[in-house]
Amino acid sequence: MPHDHHDHFHHEGMSPSGHPFQPDNDHPLTYWQRMEIAVRELLVEKGITTAAAINAQIEKMDARTPALGAAVVARAWGDPAFKARLLADGSAAMEEMGIDPDGLKLVVVENTDEVHNVVVCTLCSCYPRNLLGLPPDWYKTRAYRSRTVREPRAVLGEFGLELAEDVRVQVHDSTADMRYLVLPRRPDGTEGWDAEALAAIVTRDCMIGVAVPQMP
Amino acid sequence: MTVLPEVTSPPFPPPYPTRGARFAPGDTVRVRRGAAPGHMRTPWFLRGRTGRVERICGDFANPEELAYRRDGDPARAVYRVRFTMAEVWGEAAERAQDTIDAEIFEHWLEAADAP
Repeated sequence: MPHDHHDHFHHEGMSPSGHPFQPDNDHPLTYWQRMEIAVRELLVEKGITTAAAINAQIEKMDARTPALGAAVVARAWGDPAFKARLLADGSAAMEEMGIDPDGLKLVVVENTDEVHNVVVCTLCSCYPRNLLGLPPDWYKTRAYRSRTVREPRAVLGEFGLELAEDVRVQVHDSTADMRYLVLPRRPDGTEGWDAEALAAIVTRDCMIGVAVPQMP
Repeated sequence: MTVLPEVTSPPFPPPYPTRGARFAPGDTVRVRRGAAPGHMRTPWFLRGRTGRVERICGDFANPEELAYRRDGDPARAVYRVRFTMAEVWGEAAERAQDTIDAEIFEHWLEAADAP
């Protein structure tokens, strides 16, 4: 029984299973939260948009996941002509696969024997959301944003990625209108795999460049 | 002392048009040491640094105008400029020959031999 050891004593402020209670979010709204609610309610009240339309947009955002990017990478690994089109015009190539770029201007950068690419946005949190979904929290931290341009090898090491000495690290700072996707190297031993099996080893972190695909 | 990266520009044209870019892939350029107030998308750590144009991205609305609800015209050419870690961080570089690419708007760039 997993919680046996908690049965005979209770700590102040702990749940019966011996864990701290999650505090309720009863704190007052911040200035910008109030502003967002006020503007949203006004837009609905004036008939410019509806609550349903806002919710539909949130659902659309939430439906985007790294699986979209992984499908693009898997296709590029198996189809050299597609890969060439992807590198030349990332947005056109994703559209070709039925993924709506929705304004995303995608630049795909390819990892090779000589170059490892990693993506950061030092100014804010620019990220290819239409292809990978929302960015992970660490991507938006000051630590990741400032350190990745200053000591990328140390940062990659903390993600568990040690690069060979003769590989050049190429950091991409998404400072303006382009968004970046790393095309990882296809691992040896994946010859003959179908697109689904290939996509399964392409994680979000591989496409940001802080990891490389691992064999299962 | 400037340490320049090697640049192999992509063998295809930019998918987004430009009405005439001042610099070409491979050109050596320096980021202006500007410090105007307002919204701008030129990172401080690259100002005054010299690199090479990796590619032309195309013309895009000027974010310094867009941020204040203007239309962003005239659109400006945007370049991906590559810098060596040695150029950006000097002696403190983690590894001199690693590189940083950033998108820089044309009005933030000057020819490397400009005074």
